[in-house]
Amino acid sequence: MREAAFDLTPHATPVAPLLMEARGLRFKTRDRCLMDGVDIAVGQGRRLVILGANGAGKSLLLRLLHGLSRPTGGQILWQGAPVTKAARAHQAMVFQRPVLLRRSVSSNLTFALRVHGVARRARPAALAKALADARLTQLADRPARLLSGGEQQRLAVARALLADPQLLFLDEPTSHLDPGATAAVEDMLHMASSRGVTLVMVTHDAGQARRLGQDAVFLHAGRVVETGPVERLLSAPRSPATQAWTQGQLFFDDAIL
Amino acid sequence: MDGFWPLLGDAIALILAWDPALIEIIGLSLRVSLAALVLACVIGFPLGAVVGAFRFPGRATLSLILNAFMGLPPVVVGLVVYLMLSATGPLGPLGLLYTPMAMIIAQTVLITPIVAALSAQVIAELNVEYDDTFTSMGVRRPSRIAALLWDARFSLLTVALAGFGRASAEVGAVMIVGGNINHATRVMTTAIALETSKGNLQFALALGVVLLTIALLVNGLVMSLRATATKTAYA
Repeated sequence: MREAAFDLTPHATPVAPLLMEARGLRFKTRDRCLMDGVDIAVGQGRRLVILGANGAGKSLLLRLLHGLSRPTGGQILWQGAPVTKAARAHQAMVFQRPVLLRRSVSSNLTFALRVHGVARRARPAALAKALADARLTQLADRPARLLSGGEQQRLAVARALLADPQLLFLDEPTSHLDPGATAAVEDMLHMASSRGVTLVMVTHDAGQARRLGQDAVFLHAGRVVETGPVERLLSAPRSPATQAWTQGQLFFDDAIL
Repeated sequence: MDGFWPLLGDAIALILAWDPALIEIIGLSLRVSLAALVLACVIGFPLGAVVGAFRFPGRATLSLILNAFMGLPPVVVGLVVYLMLSATGPLGPLGLLYTPMAMIIAQTVLITPIVAALSAQVIAELNVEYDDTFTSMGVRRPSRIAALLWDARFSLLTVALAGFGRASAEVGAVMIVGGNINHATRVMTTAIALETSKGNLQFALALGVVLLTIALLVNGLVMSLRATATKTAYA
């Protein structure tokens, strides 16, 4: 199996077996090119953070990688082969704003168990574990949409993990949460990572990138301008865009390709 | 002719006296309209969900037809169903003409497009919200339809209410295929038309009051269900 190398510098990220790879990824609308020539490699079991200013294409990149949007060019590989529908079944995604069903907390999880084909007799135990992992056992019968923002996002993470994914995409999962709720979500993500789940996360929060990430990719105007270990990328950025962003001077990325 | 208020008093007295003829007509009306509503929902909800949630060849045409058929003239529906059920029609051997079943069929044809078209709008809106999540989870089409229908259940109640309103207030189609036969196919709307023409205004008005009361009660019930659902964030 090929290996993922995120940086070709002397400070290169430790290599890992390659789980997912995008080559020359391109996304063009009728009048704008939003992503062009993006190469990205995701190592098995790694925690990759995607950084960049608003409008850089971070969320779009996640959507393309996860198959929610179709690229207009380039190739996405899963374990070295073109990604298939079956491969997508090994992926899950948590969105910035969780979309929960208009049902109770436990019904949301039971729905996921049913969708993922968990046998009926195995569901109660899986449900109990998911509720416990998300620290929602006491709220199991509450309408999901009446939970606090943090509780809703923990439920969304728990629901995503019920797919038993090899790769979990996260699109700014804590951007609207307070520090306590953020920490609770991050705990769940650390727990998932310790079980071998690969994480690919978009975040605006450099602190969160340091806490959760190992490898980092910096996007600017729909292109990857820098990759490397999170700590190195944040403390000693090399590209002008990364430098501007880390210094708080790059908020919006509206460059048209 | 008496004034409106004395007539209304007589009508209410008839209702309170639980007049057997009145009760028979009200009972048949409810049976026919509710049966038509159930059939229309069984057909219209899944059809609306498919049109609302999925893209497929002919979807726009189907959607256009459903929307156009929302305004089907009842007498035209009555005529078409009559031709189907008449002795020389394709369904003639079933012998359904001038029976409550014929009225149920006519009302079902009349309100299914309403239920389907309004459901499609409700489901389309919900699908926009759920689409990415369902796609990410790998929810298959039948499960997606079932989940969308279940999660839209309180909005669909309002859709069903619109269908019930149209069915229970309709007169032209049931008059043609039912024949307004006493003790057999006479329902509230056809009876109101007949009794008014006969000058039996108390009886007609009593049926009108009942019809309005049913509409108010059903609306009130649906509104309170929706209010509960909104409170629990299930709507």
